[in-house]
Amino acid sequence: MAPAMSTVSDARVGWRPPPRIANAWTRRALWIGAAAYAIVAAVTLDVDAARVAEGLTRAGSFFGGWLRPDFVTRWGDIRTGILESLAMAAVATVAGVLIAVPLGLAAARNLAAAPVYAAARGVLAVSRAFHEIIVAIFFVAMFGFGPFAGVVTLVVGSVGFLGKLLAEAVEEIDPAPLDALATAGATWASRVAFGVLPQVMPRVLGLALYRLDINFRESAVIGLVGAGGIGATLTTAFARYEFESVSAILILIISMVFAAEVISGRLRKALL
Amino acid sequence: MTPTLVQEGRREWHWRTPAERWARFGLTLVVVATVVAAASAISEQTTWVFVLDAGLQMRDLGMRMFPPNASYALTLGRPLLETIHIATLGTALGMAVALPLAYLCARTTTPSRRWVRPLALLALVTSRSVNSIIWALVLVVLLGPGLLAGVLAIALRSVGFVGKLVYEAIEEAPSLPITAMETTGARRMQALAFGLVPNILPTVAAVGIYRWEINIREATILGLVGAGGIGMALQASIDALAWSGVSVILLAILATVLLAEVVSARVRRGLA
Repeated sequence: MAPAMSTVSDARVGWRPPPRIANAWTRRALWIGAAAYAIVAAVTLDVDAARVAEGLTRAGSFFGGWLRPDFVTRWGDIRTGILESLAMAAVATVAGVLIAVPLGLAAARNLAAAPVYAAARGVLAVSRAFHEIIVAIFFVAMFGFGPFAGVVTLVVGSVGFLGKLLAEAVEEIDPAPLDALATAGATWASRVAFGVLPQVMPRVLGLALYRLDINFRESAVIGLVGAGGIGATLTTAFARYEFESVSAILILIISMVFAAEVISGRLRKALL
Repeated sequence: MTPTLVQEGRREWHWRTPAERWARFGLTLVVVATVVAAASAISEQTTWVFVLDAGLQMRDLGMRMFPPNASYALTLGRPLLETIHIATLGTALGMAVALPLAYLCARTTTPSRRWVRPLALLALVTSRSVNSIIWALVLVVLLGPGLLAGVLAIALRSVGFVGKLVYEAIEEAPSLPITAMETTGARRMQALAFGLVPNILPTVAAVGIYRWEINIREATILGLVGAGGIGMALQASIDALAWSGVSVILLAILATVLLAEVVSARVRRGLA
Protein backbone atom coordinates (compact mmCIF):
# COMPACT_ATOMS: atom_id res chain seq x y z
CA MET A 1 0.00 0.00 0.00
CA ALA A 2 3.02 2.27 0.35
CA PRO A 3 3.15 3.34 -3.36
CA ALA A 4 -0.50 4.43 -3.26
CA MET A 5 0.29 6.81 -0.44
CA SER A 6 2.97 8.59 -2.49
CA THR A 7 0.56 8.87 -5.45
CA VAL A 8 -1.92 10.68 -3.26
CA SER A 9 0.70 13.15 -2.09
CA ASP A 10 1.74 13.77 -5.73
CA ALA A 11 -1.77 14.58 -6.89
CA ARG A 12 -1.87 17.81 -4.95
CA VAL A 13 -4.96 19.90 -5.45
CA GLY A 14 -3.01 23.00 -6.44
CA TRP A 15 -1.36 21.63 -9.57
CA ARG A 16 0.03 24.27 -11.92
CA PRO A 17 1.20 23.85 -15.48
CA PRO A 18 4.96 24.30 -15.97
CA PRO A 19 5.92 27.96 -16.57
CA ARG A 20 6.77 29.16 -20.08
CA ILE A 21 10.12 30.58 -19.01
CA ALA A 22 11.96 27.75 -17.29
CA ASN A 23 14.52 29.78 -15.34
CA ALA A 24 12.96 31.14 -12.15
CA TRP A 25 15.47 34.04 -11.97
CA THR A 26 14.74 35.17 -15.54
CA ARG A 27 11.05 35.11 -14.64
CA ARG A 28 11.54 37.22 -11.52
CA ALA A 29 13.87 39.62 -13.33
CA LEU A 30 11.23 40.14 -16.04
CA TRP A 31 8.52 40.88 -13.47
CA ILE A 32 10.76 43.24 -11.49
CA GLY A 33 11.92 44.96 -14.69
CA ALA A 34 8.34 45.45 -15.85
CA ALA A 35 7.30 46.85 -12.46
CA ALA A 36 10.30 49.20 -12.35
CA TYR A 37 9.56 50.44 -15.86
CA ALA A 38 5.90 51.00 -14.99
CA ILE A 39 6.93 53.14 -11.98
CA VAL A 40 9.49 55.18 -13.93
CA ALA A 41 7.08 55.75 -16.80
CA ALA A 42 4.20 56.61 -14.47
CA VAL A 43 6.37 59.19 -12.67
CA THR A 44 7.18 60.96 -15.95
CA LEU A 45 3.45 61.34 -16.60
CA ASP A 46 3.61 64.40 -14.35
CA VAL A 47 -0.12 64.66 -13.67
CA ASP A 48 -1.30 68.11 -12.65
CA ALA A 49 -4.03 67.16 -10.16
CA ALA A 50 -5.47 70.67 -9.95
CA ARG A 51 -5.81 70.89 -13.73
CA VAL A 52 -7.44 67.44 -13.90
CA ALA A 53 -9.93 68.39 -11.17
CA GLU A 54 -10.73 71.61 -13.01
CA GLY A 55 -11.16 69.72 -16.27
CA LEU A 56 -13.41 67.14 -14.69
CA THR A 57 -15.81 69.83 -13.51
CA ARG A 58 -15.95 70.85 -17.15
CA ALA A 59 -16.62 67.22 -18.03
CA GLY A 60 -20.21 67.85 -16.98
CA SER A 61 -20.89 70.29 -19.80
CA PHE A 62 -18.81 68.18 -22.13
CA PHE A 63 -20.66 64.95 -21.57
CA GLY A 64 -23.88 66.91 -21.31
CA GLY A 65 -23.28 67.96 -24.89
CA TRP A 66 -22.30 64.40 -25.65
CA LEU A 67 -25.65 63.09 -24.48
CA ARG A 68 -27.56 65.67 -26.50
CA PRO A 69 -26.13 65.17 -30.00
CA ASP A 70 -27.24 67.97 -32.29
CA PHE A 71 -27.56 66.82 -35.87
CA VAL A 72 -29.68 69.78 -36.97
CA THR A 73 -27.81 73.06 -36.42
CA ARG A 74 -24.78 72.16 -38.54
CA TRP A 75 -26.49 69.53 -40.68
CA GLY A 76 -25.42 71.22 -43.92
CA ASP A 77 -21.74 71.20 -42.92
CA ILE A 78 -21.94 67.66 -41.56
CA ARG A 79 -23.60 66.35 -44.73
CA THR A 80 -20.99 67.98 -46.96
CA GLY A 81 -18.18 66.66 -44.76
CA ILE A 82 -19.47 63.09 -44.74
CA LEU A 83 -20.00 63.05 -48.50
CA GLU A 84 -16.54 64.51 -49.07
CA SER A 85 -15.02 61.88 -46.77
CA LEU A 86 -16.81 59.10 -48.65
CA ALA A 87 -15.63 60.49 -51.99
CA MET A 88 -12.04 60.77 -50.71
CA ALA A 89 -12.12 57.21 -49.37
CA ALA A 90 -13.51 55.79 -52.65
CA VAL A 91 -11.05 57.58 -54.95
CA ALA A 92 -8.07 56.89 -52.68
CA THR A 93 -8.88 53.18 -52.41
CA VAL A 94 -9.21 52.70 -56.17
CA ALA A 95 -6.05 54.70 -56.91
CA GLY A 96 -4.30 52.84 -54.12
CA VAL A 97 -5.20 49.44 -55.59
CA LEU A 98 -4.08 50.52 -59.08
CA ILE A 99 -0.65 51.54 -57.75
CA ALA A 100 -0.34 48.78 -55.14
CA VAL A 101 -0.88 45.83 -57.52
CA PRO A 102 2.22 46.42 -59.70
CA LEU A 103 4.23 47.50 -56.65
CA GLY A 104 3.12 44.45 -54.69
CA LEU A 105 4.11 42.14 -57.57
CA ALA A 106 7.51 43.86 -57.73
CA ALA A 107 7.93 43.40 -53.97
CA ALA A 108 7.34 39.62 -54.11
CA ARG A 109 10.53 37.62 -53.77
CA ASN A 110 9.31 34.81 -56.02
CA LEU A 111 8.48 37.09 -58.97
CA ALA A 112 10.88 40.00 -59.06
CA ALA A 113 14.62 40.26 -59.65
CA ALA A 114 16.68 41.15 -56.57
CA PRO A 115 17.24 44.89 -57.31
CA VAL A 116 13.58 45.40 -58.26
CA TYR A 117 12.51 43.58 -55.10
CA ALA A 118 14.74 45.74 -52.90
CA ALA A 119 13.56 48.98 -54.53
CA ALA A 120 9.86 48.05 -54.24
CA ARG A 121 10.23 46.96 -50.60
CA GLY A 122 12.00 50.26 -49.91
CA VAL A 123 9.16 52.29 -51.44
CA LEU A 124 6.60 50.30 -49.43
CA ALA A 125 8.54 50.73 -46.17
CA VAL A 126 8.88 54.50 -46.67
CA SER A 127 5.20 54.93 -47.54
CA ARG A 128 4.23 53.27 -44.24
CA ALA A 129 6.85 54.86 -42.01
CA PHE A 130 5.10 58.13 -41.22
CA HIS A 131 1.73 58.61 -39.63
CA GLU A 132 -1.02 59.85 -41.97
CA ILE A 133 -1.15 63.17 -40.13
CA ILE A 134 2.51 63.93 -40.85
CA VAL A 135 2.09 62.94 -44.49
CA ALA A 136 -1.01 65.15 -44.66
CA ILE A 137 0.87 68.15 -43.23
CA PHE A 138 3.30 67.89 -46.13
CA PHE A 139 0.72 67.40 -48.84
CA VAL A 140 -1.32 70.30 -47.49
CA ALA A 141 1.83 72.43 -47.66
CA MET A 142 2.39 71.25 -51.24
CA PHE A 143 -1.12 71.15 -52.70
CA GLY A 144 -2.93 73.65 -50.49
CA PHE A 145 -5.92 73.07 -48.19
CA GLY A 146 -8.74 70.79 -49.28
CA PRO A 147 -9.65 67.23 -50.16
CA PHE A 148 -7.01 66.83 -52.90
CA ALA A 149 -4.19 66.78 -50.34
CA GLY A 150 -6.32 64.38 -48.30
CA VAL A 151 -6.78 61.98 -51.22
CA VAL A 152 -3.05 61.95 -51.95
CA THR A 153 -2.36 61.24 -48.26
CA LEU A 154 -4.82 58.35 -48.22
CA VAL A 155 -3.37 56.97 -51.46
CA VAL A 156 0.10 56.86 -49.88
CA GLY A 157 -1.26 54.99 -46.86
CA SER A 158 -3.30 52.61 -49.03
CA VAL A 159 -0.33 51.78 -51.27
CA GLY A 160 1.87 50.92 -48.29
CA PHE A 161 -0.83 48.78 -46.68
CA LEU A 162 -2.12 46.97 -49.78
CA GLY A 163 1.30 46.62 -51.41
CA LYS A 164 2.88 44.96 -48.40
CA LEU A 165 0.00 42.54 -47.80
CA LEU A 166 -0.28 41.75 -51.52
CA ALA A 167 3.46 41.00 -51.72
CA GLU A 168 3.12 38.63 -48.78
CA ALA A 169 0.11 36.95 -50.41
CA VAL A 170 2.03 36.52 -53.69
CA GLU A 171 4.98 34.99 -51.85
CA GLU A 172 2.65 32.38 -50.36
CA ILE A 173 0.94 31.26 -53.58
CA ASP A 174 1.03 27.71 -54.90
CA PRO A 175 4.06 27.67 -57.28
CA ALA A 176 2.77 24.75 -59.41
CA PRO A 177 0.71 26.83 -61.91
CA LEU A 178 3.68 29.19 -62.33
CA ASP A 179 6.03 26.29 -63.06
CA ALA A 180 3.54 24.82 -65.51
CA LEU A 181 3.20 28.15 -67.36
CA ALA A 182 6.99 28.62 -67.42
CA THR A 183 7.44 25.08 -68.79
CA ALA A 184 4.90 25.80 -71.52
CA GLY A 185 6.98 28.85 -72.50
CA ALA A 186 4.68 31.59 -71.20
CA THR A 187 6.07 35.11 -70.94
CA TRP A 188 6.47 36.85 -67.56
CA ALA A 189 3.30 38.88 -68.19
CA SER A 190 1.14 35.84 -68.91
CA ARG A 191 2.66 33.95 -65.98
CA VAL A 192 1.53 36.81 -63.73
CA ALA A 193 -1.86 37.15 -65.40
CA PHE A 194 -2.76 33.43 -65.35
CA GLY A 195 -0.57 31.97 -62.60
CA VAL A 196 -0.47 34.66 -59.93
CA LEU A 197 -3.43 37.04 -60.18
CA PRO A 198 -6.19 34.39 -60.07
CA GLN A 199 -4.69 33.11 -56.82
CA VAL A 200 -4.42 36.50 -55.09
CA MET A 201 -7.32 38.53 -56.55
CA PRO A 202 -9.92 37.42 -53.94
CA ARG A 203 -7.52 38.49 -51.22
CA VAL A 204 -6.82 41.83 -52.95
CA LEU A 205 -10.56 42.54 -53.16
CA GLY A 206 -11.02 41.67 -49.50
CA LEU A 207 -8.12 43.89 -48.49
CA ALA A 208 -9.36 46.73 -50.71
CA LEU A 209 -12.76 46.63 -48.98
CA TYR A 210 -11.03 46.67 -45.61
CA ARG A 211 -8.84 49.59 -46.71
CA LEU A 212 -11.93 51.50 -47.89
CA ASP A 213 -13.18 51.24 -44.33
CA ILE A 214 -9.81 52.42 -42.94
CA ASN A 215 -9.63 55.29 -45.44
CA PHE A 216 -13.02 56.56 -44.35
CA ARG A 217 -11.93 56.49 -40.71
CA GLU A 218 -8.60 58.17 -41.53
CA SER A 219 -10.35 60.88 -43.52
CA ALA A 220 -11.94 61.94 -40.23
CA VAL A 221 -8.45 62.52 -38.85
CA ILE A 222 -6.43 64.17 -41.58
CA GLY A 223 -9.01 66.94 -41.71
CA LEU A 224 -7.40 68.16 -38.49
CA VAL A 225 -4.47 69.53 -40.48
CA GLY A 226 -6.58 70.92 -43.32
CA ALA A 227 -6.92 67.95 -45.65
CA GLY A 228 -10.71 68.17 -46.03
CA GLY A 229 -13.45 65.69 -45.27
CA ILE A 230 -15.52 65.20 -42.13
CA GLY A 231 -12.35 65.81 -40.09
CA ALA A 232 -12.41 69.47 -41.15
CA THR A 233 -16.04 69.72 -39.97
CA LEU A 234 -15.10 68.00 -36.71
CA THR A 235 -12.19 70.37 -36.07
CA THR A 236 -14.39 73.37 -36.72
CA ALA A 237 -17.00 72.07 -34.29
CA PHE A 238 -14.28 71.51 -31.66
CA ALA A 239 -12.88 74.99 -32.19
CA ARG A 240 -16.35 76.48 -31.67
CA TYR A 241 -16.88 74.40 -28.49
CA GLU A 242 -20.03 72.98 -30.10
CA PHE A 243 -19.82 69.64 -28.31
CA GLU A 244 -23.38 68.78 -29.37
CA SER A 245 -22.25 68.83 -33.00
CA VAL A 246 -18.99 67.01 -32.15
CA SER A 247 -21.06 64.29 -30.56
CA ALA A 248 -23.36 64.10 -33.58
CA ILE A 249 -20.38 63.78 -35.95
CA LEU A 250 -18.70 61.09 -33.86
CA ILE A 251 -21.96 59.14 -33.62
CA LEU A 252 -22.32 59.34 -37.41
CA ILE A 253 -18.73 58.15 -37.95
CA ILE A 254 -19.15 55.27 -35.50
CA SER A 255 -22.42 54.09 -36.98
CA MET A 256 -21.10 54.36 -40.55
CA VAL A 257 -17.98 52.38 -39.65
CA PHE A 258 -20.19 49.79 -37.97
CA ALA A 259 -22.46 49.57 -41.04
CA ALA A 260 -19.44 49.39 -43.35
CA GLU A 261 -18.03 46.54 -41.29
CA VAL A 262 -21.25 44.54 -41.54
CA ILE A 263 -21.57 45.20 -45.30
CA SER A 264 -17.92 44.46 -46.11
CA GLY A 265 -18.08 41.29 -44.01
CA ARG A 266 -21.08 40.11 -46.07
CA LEU A 267 -19.40 41.14 -49.36
CA ARG A 268 -16.16 39.36 -48.48
CA LYS A 269 -18.08 36.22 -47.60
CA ALA A 270 -19.92 36.44 -50.94
CA LEU A 271 -16.71 37.03 -52.93
CA LEU A 272 -14.56 34.32 -51.36
CA MET B 1 -15.91 31.46 -60.53
CA THR B 2 -16.63 27.81 -61.35
CA PRO B 3 -15.97 26.63 -64.91
CA THR B 4 -19.32 26.19 -66.63
CA LEU B 5 -20.62 24.21 -69.57
CA VAL B 6 -23.09 26.13 -71.74
CA GLN B 7 -25.29 24.76 -74.53
CA GLU B 8 -25.22 26.95 -77.62
CA GLY B 9 -26.13 24.62 -80.42
CA ARG B 10 -22.94 22.78 -79.60
CA ARG B 11 -21.26 22.33 -76.25
CA GLU B 12 -18.94 25.19 -75.59
CA TRP B 13 -16.86 25.90 -72.53
CA HIS B 14 -17.17 29.25 -70.79
CA TRP B 15 -15.51 30.41 -67.63
CA ARG B 16 -18.65 32.03 -66.29
CA THR B 17 -22.40 31.71 -66.82
CA PRO B 18 -24.16 34.62 -68.58
CA ALA B 19 -25.80 35.62 -65.29
CA GLU B 20 -22.40 35.79 -63.62
CA ARG B 21 -21.00 37.85 -66.48
CA TRP B 22 -23.89 40.33 -66.28
CA ALA B 23 -23.52 40.59 -62.51
CA ARG B 24 -19.81 41.33 -62.84
CA PHE B 25 -20.44 43.86 -65.59
CA GLY B 26 -23.07 45.60 -63.45
CA LEU B 27 -20.82 45.66 -60.40
CA THR B 28 -17.92 47.09 -62.41
CA LEU B 29 -20.22 49.76 -63.86
CA VAL B 30 -21.44 50.79 -60.40
CA VAL B 31 -17.89 50.96 -59.02
CA VAL B 32 -16.59 53.00 -61.97
CA ALA B 33 -19.55 55.39 -61.87
CA THR B 34 -19.13 55.92 -58.12
CA VAL B 35 -15.43 56.63 -58.43
CA VAL B 36 -15.90 59.05 -61.34
CA ALA B 37 -18.60 60.91 -59.43
CA ALA B 38 -16.43 61.04 -56.31
CA ALA B 39 -13.38 62.23 -58.25
CA SER B 40 -15.29 65.03 -59.93
CA ALA B 41 -16.73 66.11 -56.55
CA ILE B 42 -13.21 66.35 -55.13
CA SER B 43 -11.96 68.13 -58.22
CA GLU B 44 -14.64 70.81 -57.69
CA GLN B 45 -13.36 71.42 -54.17
CA THR B 46 -9.75 71.71 -55.30
CA THR B 47 -7.92 74.90 -56.13
CA TRP B 48 -5.95 73.56 -59.08
CA VAL B 49 -3.59 76.56 -59.19
CA PHE B 50 -2.18 75.49 -55.83
CA VAL B 51 -1.89 71.87 -56.96
CA LEU B 52 -0.06 72.78 -60.15
CA ASP B 53 2.71 74.69 -58.39
CA ALA B 54 3.31 71.76 -56.04
CA GLY B 55 6.73 71.09 -57.59
CA LEU B 56 7.82 74.61 -56.75
CA GLN B 57 6.49 74.30 -53.20
CA MET B 58 8.24 71.00 -52.74
CA ARG B 59 11.59 72.38 -53.91
CA ASP B 60 11.15 75.33 -51.60
CA LEU B 61 10.29 73.08 -48.65
CA GLY B 62 13.17 70.75 -49.44
CA MET B 63 15.63 73.63 -49.47
CA ARG B 64 14.37 74.88 -46.11
CA MET B 65 14.54 71.40 -44.56
CA PHE B 66 18.08 70.73 -45.74
CA PRO B 67 20.54 70.64 -44.08
CA PRO B 68 18.89 69.26 -40.91
CA ASN B 69 19.72 71.26 -37.79
CA ALA B 70 21.87 68.61 -36.10
CA SER B 71 22.33 70.43 -32.78
CA TYR B 72 18.54 70.33 -32.35
CA ALA B 73 18.70 66.54 -32.12
CA LEU B 74 20.25 66.73 -28.64
CA THR B 75 17.07 68.25 -27.18
CA LEU B 76 14.87 65.47 -28.54
CA GLY B 77 15.88 62.73 -26.08
CA ARG B 78 13.20 63.44 -23.50
CA PRO B 79 10.29 63.90 -25.96
CA LEU B 80 11.27 60.64 -27.66
CA LEU B 81 11.36 58.80 -24.34
CA GLU B 82 7.96 60.29 -23.48
CA THR B 83 6.60 59.06 -26.80
CA ILE B 84 7.71 55.52 -25.97
CA HIS B 85 6.21 55.80 -22.46
CA ILE B 86 2.89 56.93 -23.92
CA ALA B 87 2.80 53.95 -26.28
CA THR B 88 3.85 51.38 -23.67
CA LEU B 89 1.61 52.53 -20.82
CA GLY B 90 -1.29 53.07 -23.23
CA THR B 91 -0.93 49.57 -24.66
CA ALA B 92 -0.76 48.00 -21.18
CA LEU B 93 -3.81 49.91 -19.99
CA GLY B 94 -5.70 49.15 -23.20
CA MET B 95 -5.02 45.43 -22.89
CA ALA B 96 -6.13 45.41 -19.25
CA VAL B 97 -9.54 46.68 -20.42
CA ALA B 98 -9.65 44.75 -23.70
CA LEU B 99 -9.17 41.24 -22.32
CA PRO B 100 -12.31 41.17 -20.08
CA LEU B 101 -14.28 42.79 -22.92
CA ALA B 102 -13.05 40.09 -25.33
CA TYR B 103 -14.24 37.47 -22.85
CA LEU B 104 -17.68 39.11 -22.80
CA CYS B 105 -17.73 39.34 -26.63
CA ALA B 106 -16.72 35.83 -27.68
CA ARG B 107 -19.75 33.69 -28.53
CA THR B 108 -18.18 30.75 -26.70
CA THR B 109 -17.56 32.49 -23.37
CA THR B 110 -20.05 35.39 -23.12
CA PRO B 111 -22.38 35.19 -20.11
CA SER B 112 -25.34 36.31 -22.23
CA ARG B 113 -25.61 36.44 -26.02
CA ARG B 114 -28.77 38.51 -25.90
CA TRP B 115 -27.72 41.26 -23.50
CA VAL B 116 -24.00 41.35 -22.69
CA ARG B 117 -22.49 40.52 -26.08
CA PRO B 118 -24.08 43.37 -28.11
CA LEU B 119 -23.08 45.90 -25.44
CA ALA B 120 -19.49 44.67 -25.33
CA LEU B 121 -19.36 44.65 -29.15
CA LEU B 122 -20.65 48.22 -29.21
CA ALA B 123 -17.88 49.24 -26.78
CA LEU B 124 -15.26 47.64 -29.04
CA VAL B 125 -16.63 49.26 -32.21
CA THR B 126 -16.84 52.67 -30.54
CA SER B 127 -13.25 52.42 -29.40
CA ARG B 128 -12.09 51.29 -32.82
CA SER B 129 -13.92 53.80 -35.01
CA VAL B 130 -12.56 56.87 -33.25
CA ASN B 131 -8.91 57.52 -33.98
CA SER B 132 -6.56 58.06 -31.06
CA ILE B 133 -5.89 61.67 -32.06
CA ILE B 134 -9.62 62.44 -31.79
CA TRP B 135 -9.69 60.73 -28.38
CA ALA B 136 -6.66 62.90 -27.51
CA LEU B 137 -8.50 66.04 -28.66
CA VAL B 138 -11.35 65.20 -26.29
CA LEU B 139 -9.04 64.23 -23.41
CA VAL B 140 -6.86 67.33 -23.66
CA VAL B 141 -9.98 69.41 -23.17
CA LEU B 142 -10.84 67.37 -20.06
CA LEU B 143 -7.45 66.67 -18.46
CA GLY B 144 -5.28 69.44 -19.77
CA PRO B 145 -2.31 69.02 -22.10
CA GLY B 146 0.28 66.41 -21.15
CA LEU B 147 1.22 62.77 -21.21
CA LEU B 148 -1.80 61.53 -19.27
CA ALA B 149 -4.17 62.55 -22.07
CA GLY B 150 -1.87 60.79 -24.55
CA VAL B 151 -1.72 57.56 -22.54
CA LEU B 152 -5.51 57.44 -22.15
CA ALA B 153 -6.06 58.26 -25.83
CA ILE B 154 -3.76 55.40 -26.88
CA ALA B 155 -5.47 53.07 -24.39
CA LEU B 156 -8.98 53.98 -25.59
CA ARG B 157 -8.08 53.28 -29.20
CA SER B 158 -6.20 50.05 -28.39
CA VAL B 159 -9.15 48.47 -26.54
CA GLY B 160 -11.15 47.94 -29.73
CA PHE B 161 -8.25 46.59 -31.76
CA VAL B 162 -6.95 44.16 -29.13
CA GLY B 163 -10.45 43.20 -28.02
CA LYS B 164 -11.60 42.31 -31.53
CA LEU B 165 -8.59 40.18 -32.39
CA VAL B 166 -8.59 38.41 -29.01
CA TYR B 167 -12.31 37.62 -29.04
CA GLU B 168 -11.90 36.13 -32.52
CA ALA B 169 -9.02 34.04 -31.18
CA ILE B 170 -11.22 32.86 -28.29
CA GLU B 171 -13.96 31.86 -30.72
CA GLU B 172 -11.51 29.94 -32.88
CA ALA B 173 -9.84 28.13 -29.97
CA PRO B 174 -10.68 24.40 -29.79
CA SER B 175 -13.57 23.74 -27.39
CA LEU B 176 -12.56 20.15 -26.68
CA PRO B 177 -10.12 20.85 -23.81
CA ILE B 178 -12.77 22.96 -22.04
CA THR B 179 -15.44 20.29 -22.49
CA ALA B 180 -13.04 17.62 -21.28
CA MET B 181 -12.25 19.55 -18.11
CA GLU B 182 -15.88 20.33 -17.38
CA THR B 183 -16.63 16.62 -17.78
CA THR B 184 -14.10 15.83 -15.06
CA GLY B 185 -15.90 18.24 -12.75
CA ALA B 186 -13.86 21.43 -13.15
CA ARG B 187 -15.71 24.64 -12.47
CA ARG B 188 -16.27 27.00 -15.44
CA MET B 189 -13.43 29.34 -14.46
CA GLN B 190 -11.01 26.45 -13.87
CA ALA B 191 -11.88 24.98 -17.26
CA LEU B 192 -11.25 28.34 -18.95
CA ALA B 193 -8.01 28.98 -17.06
CA PHE B 194 -6.48 25.65 -18.06
CA GLY B 195 -8.39 24.78 -21.25
CA LEU B 196 -8.66 28.14 -22.99
CA VAL B 197 -6.02 30.54 -21.68
CA PRO B 198 -2.95 28.48 -22.73
CA ASN B 199 -4.43 28.26 -26.25
CA ILE B 200 -4.93 31.99 -26.72
CA LEU B 201 -1.96 33.32 -24.73
CA PRO B 202 0.48 33.41 -27.70
CA THR B 203 -2.14 35.29 -29.77
CA VAL B 204 -2.74 37.75 -26.94
CA ALA B 205 0.98 38.45 -26.62
CA ALA B 206 1.46 38.81 -30.39
CA VAL B 207 -1.54 41.14 -30.73
CA GLY B 208 -0.30 43.21 -27.80
CA ILE B 209 3.18 43.69 -29.20
CA TYR B 210 1.78 44.43 -32.66
CA ARG B 211 -0.52 47.09 -31.21
CA TRP B 212 2.46 48.52 -29.28
CA GLU B 213 4.28 48.96 -32.58
CA ILE B 214 1.27 50.78 -34.07
CA ASN B 215 0.95 52.86 -30.89
CA ILE B 216 4.55 54.07 -31.15
CA ARG B 217 3.62 55.45 -34.57
CA GLU B 218 0.41 57.01 -33.23
CA ALA B 219 2.16 58.47 -30.17
CA THR B 220 4.49 60.45 -32.42
CA ILE B 221 1.62 62.66 -33.56
CA LEU B 222 -0.51 62.99 -30.42
CA GLY B 223 1.58 66.01 -29.45
CA LEU B 224 0.02 67.94 -32.34
CA VAL B 225 -3.10 68.36 -30.19
CA GLY B 226 -1.12 68.77 -26.96
CA ALA B 227 -1.08 65.20 -25.67
CA GLY B 228 2.67 64.94 -25.06
CA GLY B 229 5.55 63.27 -26.83
CA ILE B 230 7.64 64.31 -29.81
CA GLY B 231 4.58 65.62 -31.65
CA MET B 232 4.71 68.68 -29.36
CA ALA B 233 8.21 69.46 -30.63
CA LEU B 234 7.02 68.88 -34.19
CA GLN B 235 4.11 71.28 -33.77
CA ALA B 236 6.41 73.90 -32.20
CA SER B 237 8.90 73.64 -35.08
CA ILE B 238 6.17 73.84 -37.74
CA ASP B 239 4.57 76.83 -36.03
CA ALA B 240 7.96 78.56 -35.92
CA LEU B 241 8.53 77.61 -39.59
CA ALA B 242 11.80 76.01 -38.42
CA TRP B 243 11.85 73.43 -41.20
CA SER B 244 15.46 72.43 -40.56
CA GLY B 245 14.27 71.35 -37.09
CA VAL B 246 11.27 69.56 -38.62
CA SER B 247 13.56 67.38 -40.73
CA VAL B 248 15.54 66.38 -37.60
CA ILE B 249 12.30 65.43 -35.82
CA LEU B 250 11.14 63.43 -38.83
CA LEU B 251 14.44 61.52 -38.88
CA ALA B 252 14.11 60.83 -35.13
CA ILE B 253 10.54 59.56 -35.63
CA LEU B 254 11.65 57.39 -38.54
CA ALA B 255 14.42 55.83 -36.44
CA THR B 256 12.08 55.17 -33.49
CA VAL B 257 9.37 53.63 -35.68
CA LEU B 258 11.86 51.37 -37.47
CA LEU B 259 13.34 50.29 -34.13
CA ALA B 260 9.87 49.48 -32.78
CA GLU B 261 9.11 47.53 -35.96
CA VAL B 262 12.29 45.46 -35.60
CA VAL B 263 11.60 44.75 -31.91
CA SER B 264 8.01 43.80 -32.63
CA ALA B 265 8.96 41.50 -35.53
CA ARG B 266 11.62 39.76 -33.39
CA VAL B 267 9.26 39.19 -30.47
CA ARG B 268 6.43 37.97 -32.67
CA ARG B 269 8.74 35.54 -34.46
CA GLY B 270 9.80 34.26 -31.04
CA LEU B 271 6.15 33.74 -30.11
CA ALA B 272 5.10 31.97 -33.29
